[in-house]
Amino acid sequence: MTTILDPTDERVPVERQITARTGDITGVIGLLDIAKPRGNILLDELEVLMAARYPKVEVRRYAKPTFTKPCPSDLRLKIKAECAVLVEGLAD
Amino acid sequence: MTVPCPPFALTDRAGETRRFPAGRASLVSFIKEDCHTCNLAAPLLEAFHQAWGDRADVLVLGQSTEGNDVLQERHGFTVPFLDDSACTTSFAWDFEIVPAVYWIGADGEVKTKLEGFVREEWQALDRQIAADLNAGPAAIAWADLPEWRPGCGSKHLDPEIHDKLQAEADDSPIRARRIEIASADDIAEFMFDQGFSDGLPLVPPTAERVIRMLAGTPRAPQDIVAIVPPNMAPVTVEKIAINAVMAGCKPEYLPVVIAALEAVCTDEFNMHGVTATTMGASPVLVVNGPIRERIGMNMRLGALGPGSRANATIGRALRLVVRNVGGAQPGGVDRSTLSNPMKFTMCFPEWEEGSPWEPLHVERGFNAEDSVVTAFAMTSGPVQIVDQESRQPDQMGGTLGLGLESMFLSKIHRMHTDALLVVCPEHLATLTSEGPYSKARLRERIQAVTTRPLREMVANEISGAGITLAMAAKMTDAQLDTPVSKFASDAYIHIVVAGSDAGKFSAAFHGWVTGPMGSISVSRKIEC
Repeated sequence: MTTILDPTDERVPVERQITARTGDITGVIGLLDIAKPRGNILLDELEVLMAARYPKVEVRRYAKPTFTKPCPSDLRLKIKAECAVLVEGLAD
Repeated sequence: MTVPCPPFALTDRAGETRRFPAGRASLVSFIKEDCHTCNLAAPLLEAFHQAWGDRADVLVLGQSTEGNDVLQERHGFTVPFLDDSACTTSFAWDFEIVPAVYWIGADGEVKTKLEGFVREEWQALDRQIAADLNAGPAAIAWADLPEWRPGCGSKHLDPEIHDKLQAEADDSPIRARRIEIASADDIAEFMFDQGFSDGLPLVPPTAERVIRMLAGTPRAPQDIVAIVPPNMAPVTVEKIAINAVMAGCKPEYLPVVIAALEAVCTDEFNMHGVTATTMGASPVLVVNGPIRERIGMNMRLGALGPGSRANATIGRALRLVVRNVGGAQPGGVDRSTLSNPMKFTMCFPEWEEGSPWEPLHVERGFNAEDSVVTAFAMTSGPVQIVDQESRQPDQMGGTLGLGLESMFLSKIHRMHTDALLVVCPEHLATLTSEGPYSKARLRERIQAVTTRPLREMVANEISGAGITLAMAAKMTDAQLDTPVSKFASDAYIHIVVAGSDAGKFSAAFHGWVTGPMGSISVSRKIEC
């Protein structure tokens, strides 16, 4: 028998649960633009559609400084504090 | 290291377990068969047992199974002859030379310790033991023995045995999870199945190999070197060493791998984006300073290709850490459309000695005698720039410029993107054939020969890339005639020298998104 050493990260990831689905869309909806070209166009259209379909829902827009880096933690916390749901215009 | 005289329980030739300490004075000796001095001492140890075995525990420990059989046959021991073929007790007692002899009181205090054979010392030991036990001396014809004989290195210090023992010891530097592979399994296949590999075979990271790898750096094994994207996983020196073993590194390469990781795991370099981009970016490592020669890196013929273990495995070790610790796996966070072979490995040293220019690390603020690794995020390369005809310096500079103009797409200019130009010795000779030709002049030449009017970047029937027709319609003729060079700034053009004496073939690496919105090249001093 040969014994080798584990080359990977040995941390145990935290298990996260998906938020319960209620069937309704309520509260503040965030739209996050990751700053890829033309992502804003997609989100503009989505905002129009949501406003028409869910007139009582407030839509707030957010933008990452650059698509090449993870979302800054300040922005992530701000979105978490303000929104019930977030739609991210993920590229590619 | 371990404290002297730790307890042990070993079997003698009859299979009986003998324990130390046993509450009596003890004479404990270590010998090995292939040591002449041990064979010289063996009859003396037997004589000691004959003289005092009823008053003290006289124990002889042999260091190999087959060797013990030979010693027993050769010397006809009646002294308890114990099996330390695993060398665990030898390792725990932490001596260097055999024969090693310890005279230990009933209270556990070591009264005398001898290594090797010096007749006077052994005679003195004879007298001391006799006095301590109120007994007569052993029956030894001391005058027939040589005055002095050197001992041999203890078997537990053989590298393959010592490293294994150290890995298993209580104070082992190893903390990583141990994975047992059944003897019926193929180790190489197992590692492929576990997803540890970049697609090429790996060297199994056994504890012994990792211990040897760790000897390549003065840093403590559990030091955290960096937080590795994309999973933002802390990586210790030990984890880097494990991946360096798998990559095929020698221990002396480890400081370069550590410095390279420190460089790429910075916000400036943005390893997350470099990994995730569909464009297929990868770190390209350039090594400068004395370490290039010391670890045998190749900066001459074939510097950018295969053949050099150091070049190949340093770059690969970096990639394996980012993959295995950071979690950057193709199809996961690595979303490269085509990817590129630099994601296996890309590391080379600059041939500073063949260059009239300041080496890369000195340009970047380090001392010439520092060893430094610089990481660039590159998406293509090495792209050959071929010119066998130019004889004038500015012709040569012009060729290098036109070669760089192909970066991304030849019509696109005013780019905020790094390029790494590797000038070969023959092209360098042409550049400097009429006197000094500075890097600044070469950069200016590259910019000059690639300068085109902005209107050549407007989308057309040949290529829709570039300035859109709608944007162009809003621009005046004067604006469209604005001359623009390939690079938005000379600072994006990085220049090093490498390659063999023969061949008029330079090469360029093409960057990714350069700057705070993408990746900025980072240099780190190599601590070794």
